[in-house]
Amino acid sequence: MLRSSSSERGPLWRDPAVRALVIQALLLLGLAALIVMLVTNTLANLEARGITTGLGFLQERAGFSIPQTLIAYSGDSTYGRTFVVGLLNTLLVSGLGIVAATVIGFAVGIARLSSNWLLARLAAAYVEIFRNIPLLVQILFWYFAVLQALPSPRQSLSLFEALFLNVRGLMMPAPVPQPGFDATLWALALAVAAVVGLSLYARRLQARTGRALPVYRLGALILIGLPLAVFLVTGRPLAWDVPALAGFNFKGGVTIIPELMALWLALSIYTASFIAEIVRSGIQSVPSGQVEAARAISLPGNITLRKIVIPQAMRVIVPQLTSQYLNLIKNSSLATAIGYPDLVAVFAGTTLNQTGQAIEIIAMTMAVYLLISLVVSALMNLYNARTLMKER
Amino acid sequence: MAEMATRIEMIEARRPPDLRRGVLGWLRANLFDGPRNSVITLCVLAVLGWGLWPLVQWALIDADWLGSTREACSGEGACWVFISARFETIVYGFYPEAARWRVDTVFMMLGLLIAWLAIPRLPAKRWVGLFALVGFPVVAYVLLLGGHFGLMAVPTREWGGLMLTLTVAVVGIVGSLPLGVVLALGRRSRMPLVRGVCVVFIEFWRGVPLITVLFMASVMLPLFVPNEVEFDKLLRALIGIMFFWSAYMAEVVRGGLQAIPKGQEEAAKALGMGYWRRMGLIVLPQALKLVIPGIVNTFIALFKDTSLVLIIGLFDLLAIIRSGLTDSNWLGFATEGYVFAALMFWVFCFSMSRYSQYIERRLHTGHRN
Repeated sequence: MLRSSSSERGPLWRDPAVRALVIQALLLLGLAALIVMLVTNTLANLEARGITTGLGFLQERAGFSIPQTLIAYSGDSTYGRTFVVGLLNTLLVSGLGIVAATVIGFAVGIARLSSNWLLARLAAAYVEIFRNIPLLVQILFWYFAVLQALPSPRQSLSLFEALFLNVRGLMMPAPVPQPGFDATLWALALAVAAVVGLSLYARRLQARTGRALPVYRLGALILIGLPLAVFLVTGRPLAWDVPALAGFNFKGGVTIIPELMALWLALSIYTASFIAEIVRSGIQSVPSGQVEAARAISLPGNITLRKIVIPQAMRVIVPQLTSQYLNLIKNSSLATAIGYPDLVAVFAGTTLNQTGQAIEIIAMTMAVYLLISLVVSALMNLYNARTLMKER
Repeated sequence: MAEMATRIEMIEARRPPDLRRGVLGWLRANLFDGPRNSVITLCVLAVLGWGLWPLVQWALIDADWLGSTREACSGEGACWVFISARFETIVYGFYPEAARWRVDTVFMMLGLLIAWLAIPRLPAKRWVGLFALVGFPVVAYVLLLGGHFGLMAVPTREWGGLMLTLTVAVVGIVGSLPLGVVLALGRRSRMPLVRGVCVVFIEFWRGVPLITVLFMASVMLPLFVPNEVEFDKLLRALIGIMFFWSAYMAEVVRGGLQAIPKGQEEAAKALGMGYWRRMGLIVLPQALKLVIPGIVNTFIALFKDTSLVLIIGLFDLLAIIRSGLTDSNWLGFATEGYVFAALMFWVFCFSMSRYSQYIERRLHTGHRN
């Protein structure tokens, strides 16, 4: 582009390049003024309230207890520790939710395309009902209307006298490894390595000779068979710590607290309704000519599905699926409404109330979610670049 | 010409093949074609009978509908008296009874405006739309808050229920759409600084949960402004919600902008139109039309998420119902309360999603990417 001099081409303000510079300079000035104003106001306010800034508070003693901790934590731990505990709880419920939502979502999405009218309608009703009710209402419903209405520990609902469901949560037996259990773990690691090797070999074999090995069946056999055999040979070195009623509550085993259950149920049911729609549109986006062409070269139905339809559908499904996963992680912050000790409830809730370090704590909390979002988006872009349709 | 091979007498009418028509034929084709489908159908029927029937029985058949006190509840099914007894509070919150006509007026105006804008046949959309975006908020503000023209002032802490939910939703929608459009345009700007600011703004809000935004609005915003400035709690929440959703709106609008062929803008440029006229008259009308379904979907998400203001202590529809559950006269009606809240939200969201599908079908013309 030619730079026009103002004398030949009219006044200076008509020059787009000059105008762009001026606009950006003004924007920069405005931003700087805004930031200076915010900082001075904040500093003045903090001083007026006697709050010292800085991350020093993270080293102080927290002094409150948290109902569910994945790492060692007590009232004597630091505020920094509450951050880690909350973060781990957020990741736990997000991980559980992502698995369950994916399973339910794919099942419902495929059911919506069923040729069975009743099944397709049922799946459609599921989607329309659950995606149009706010997640918060669903969380509160599961927690207060369902789980809080369960019987007391003494009248627990039980399954095989091993699983107990009551108002305090779901009690399950916990595995306790005995000496000699390491051998089974080693066998499992070996099996995983063997399966990886097998799939690499099978791919090369197919590329060379066209012969396909039954990788899935063989792999499953190795993955289950080898550790199981070692486990049995070494004399089953695993005991179960079964929960038992002692006084007014259960002792032993693992307890899933009702807050976790309610949040998990609501998150997975809600997100699944969105995933179902994504799966449906993904499958429908594969042109019918693809299936017809596969049929024309007489590929069997399951191979058509596995090698033709699913890979093409996944290209549409995965990016949207990822954004649903991100939504689920962000939505898990609603935990604070029922008191599940996630990052927001513990750190941006109790810790903030006790220390009053609003700016540091909110910034740290937001940074965690931002970081998760950015990392997942970066991975997503990688995937997109890899699976991009190779066009001529 | 030779005799025409024409049949003169009528063929006797025959009945259509039975198996492909009628209820039985339909059943056979859609539910019982082949053993696999028959088994699926029976399983689904069993699930429905086992799960749905008790629900219907609880919610409708055994339910208690009439009365105004706790004694009206027989305890066999749902007791909807719990809802009807506090229906006024659910709609108006703590709004003073004498001034509720003002809320009704605003509701009515809102309903009329939405209907006018939503029904394609009605004329003068542009002026009605302009009034909805500019005039209506002013009128609603004056009427709801009061304090002028001899109207009694009603502070926002007395707002609540459905009225507050709708206020938050409408302000969020009316505020986030223009802001989102500006952000989307900024993100496509050629000026690196403008683009950078918009990208950072959008990605920041999209990366954090709304609840932390609300926390920030209620805890940090008062620190950002001079000490003398009193910030209303509701206003703080509204600002947070508007910024948050404008980022999502910007991404939806950007999708539309990207779908418009470059030639459109170039042609406008060739005619000597300036930036704002190019955007306002040529590009945006086409782009926005393309993404109406996406915009409505964002509205739905926004509407659902208005329930989050409960967490920072505002009494929206959900919070009012929830606070009713702790009333010592009415303990143990959590199920009724939450089911009713779910139903209210569902009706709004479902009708919006149906409308978006209808518009999508109607606009299924012209270019589509």
